[in-house]
Amino acid sequence: MPTLLDRLNFALHHAMQSDPRVYVLGEDILDPYGGAFKVTRGLSMEFPERVLTTPISEAGIVGVASGMALRGLRPVAEIMFGDFVTLITDQIINHAAKFRWMYNGSVRVPIVVRTPMGGRRGYGPTHSQSLEKLFMGVPGLKVVAPNTLGDPADLLLAAIADDDPVLFAEHKLLYTRPLLEQGSGDLADYSVISVGEPFPSYTLRFAFSHQPQVTIATYGYNFELARAAALELLMEHEIFAELVLFSQLSPFDVEPLAESLARTHHLLTVEEGTLTLGWGAEVIARVIERSNDLSRYYARRVAALDLPIANARALEEAILPSREKVVETVIELVGSDL
Amino acid sequence: MSQDFTLYRTMLLIRRFEERLLAEFSSGKLVGTTHTCIGQEADAVGIFSVADPDDVVFSNHRCHGHFLACGGDPYLLAAELMGKATGLVGGRGGSQHIHWRNFYSNGIQGGIVPVATGMALAEKEQKTGQVVLAFIGDGTLGEGVLYESLNIAALWQLPILFVLENNHYAQTTPVEKAVAGSMGGRFVAFGIPTWERETADVLEVRAAARDALRHVRGETRPGGLILHTNRFAAHSKGDDTRTSQELARIRQFDPLTIHAGRLAAGECEKAEAEVAVTINDAFARAEAAPTPMMNAE
Repeated sequence: MPTLLDRLNFALHHAMQSDPRVYVLGEDILDPYGGAFKVTRGLSMEFPERVLTTPISEAGIVGVASGMALRGLRPVAEIMFGDFVTLITDQIINHAAKFRWMYNGSVRVPIVVRTPMGGRRGYGPTHSQSLEKLFMGVPGLKVVAPNTLGDPADLLLAAIADDDPVLFAEHKLLYTRPLLEQGSGDLADYSVISVGEPFPSYTLRFAFSHQPQVTIATYGYNFELARAAALELLMEHEIFAELVLFSQLSPFDVEPLAESLARTHHLLTVEEGTLTLGWGAEVIARVIERSNDLSRYYARRVAALDLPIANARALEEAILPSREKVVETVIELVGSDL
Repeated sequence: MSQDFTLYRTMLLIRRFEERLLAEFSSGKLVGTTHTCIGQEADAVGIFSVADPDDVVFSNHRCHGHFLACGGDPYLLAAELMGKATGLVGGRGGSQHIHWRNFYSNGIQGGIVPVATGMALAEKEQKTGQVVLAFIGDGTLGEGVLYESLNIAALWQLPILFVLENNHYAQTTPVEKAVAGSMGGRFVAFGIPTWERETADVLEVRAAARDALRHVRGETRPGGLILHTNRFAAHSKGDDTRTSQELARIRQFDPLTIHAGRLAAGECEKAEAEVAVTINDAFARAEAAPTPMMNAE
């Protein structure tokens, strides 16, 4: 199977081939380097006029992209590390995401800002974070995260085709991962239901499942941890878990999750951003708001500790979510109402 | 109708519009805040008298004069300021956040500049022949993203004119406490040719703007236009900390008085009468316009 990197790279080539309005801009994206994580590899050879290498000016890059979009182009901006999105916050919140509504629907801002988030590479406090949580809930902005289940190329092409700004949060560890193949390998024992287009949510149920006891909601790379945890829970603890995997994080549709929870009543959210006021908090709040039977719902969150991400491997592992933490938390959660 | 008369009447329209606004705030018909450009009218009027009607404009919090000078309808602006459904952006933006045809404004210092720079890239790539005019002030010189934009505009040879209106005060902070070094030197450092004038004479602004725009359009390169000017009114409404002596001093440099000397007998009165009709009509219709309905889309 192709890797996530292969598919993202394919999508950029395809978008530039099929639409002359698509431009790609960012730092160090020209060949032969092809970007810090190689997502833009080959683009500048094929489209030298429409691939723009930039100075180290993240706010400038995103501002320029917004201006291009307001005047008829469809730029894709790369921010080299997700940690640098702090530098584009004004451009996203006060400009790109605001223009359409603030100008009474008279303009569109079709930009995509792609950026690699996430740790586990030993890059330390300023090159390892998952900061997408800061942009969730920003009006006018979509936050999308690819995963190994859907086709990341479809997600990226849909983001480029979207008339509104999209923050496309890629996890570094996913780049080299092969995509999953439905019905075989890791997914052999799962039935997969997809809901929503073009950024679907997926519900994964064990095909031979008895009564499922817990729903694990997650996105991006943490789906890999959640899947491994679900297998361990089944094999070693006879706990059946359903997984709900989000592609669109904000705004988001809680229905697929609510549907699963109606069966399991136990919800665990898994994310790599810091715990406090994070994605999981909002997901749980939404589920509770639409429930008329709060007494039957139990929830826990696994997230990064509220600390900078340390450089040393042992410390980084202690700070970030892990399969072990997911397993432990599920066991505690499922036992909490016994 | 002479060109001198047209320039005068447009400056007067801006002056009287802004004065009317301040009066409407005092009478409670307007709420929120606004930033008037009383005293700076020669900048906008001189520039837009030589810009192309299809050029792209990105203005800032002090945008009413730019909007009116480039042909914007005073009624649409008045309705927007009054929060009416028929306003420029349906009451969603108000004073600082308007859009009309190729005119855009936003209320973030510096943040608009890379956006305007990207617009210039789009005009260049799509070979429209249009240029972008980005309006900044002395206060904007404190924002880092401005320098990212100057660098990119120069590197990529983008057709954008950075218009720096130095009215000597960032809100209440005098330029001496906020800007080190030279304003022109900032553009020189990026290799951006710059025209600089200290004047309240609309004809001097017009001549400098014509040269600057000829460079930007003809060479497809960025340019700078630095205009040292004076803001007679407060930053917004009642927040003027300047002394009466200082205000009296700068009021000597009134673009209306300077240009009035070039008009024929009776033309000033004619302009006053025409402008009064336009503004009364704009504000009366705006006041009668419906308030907007909430719509999330």
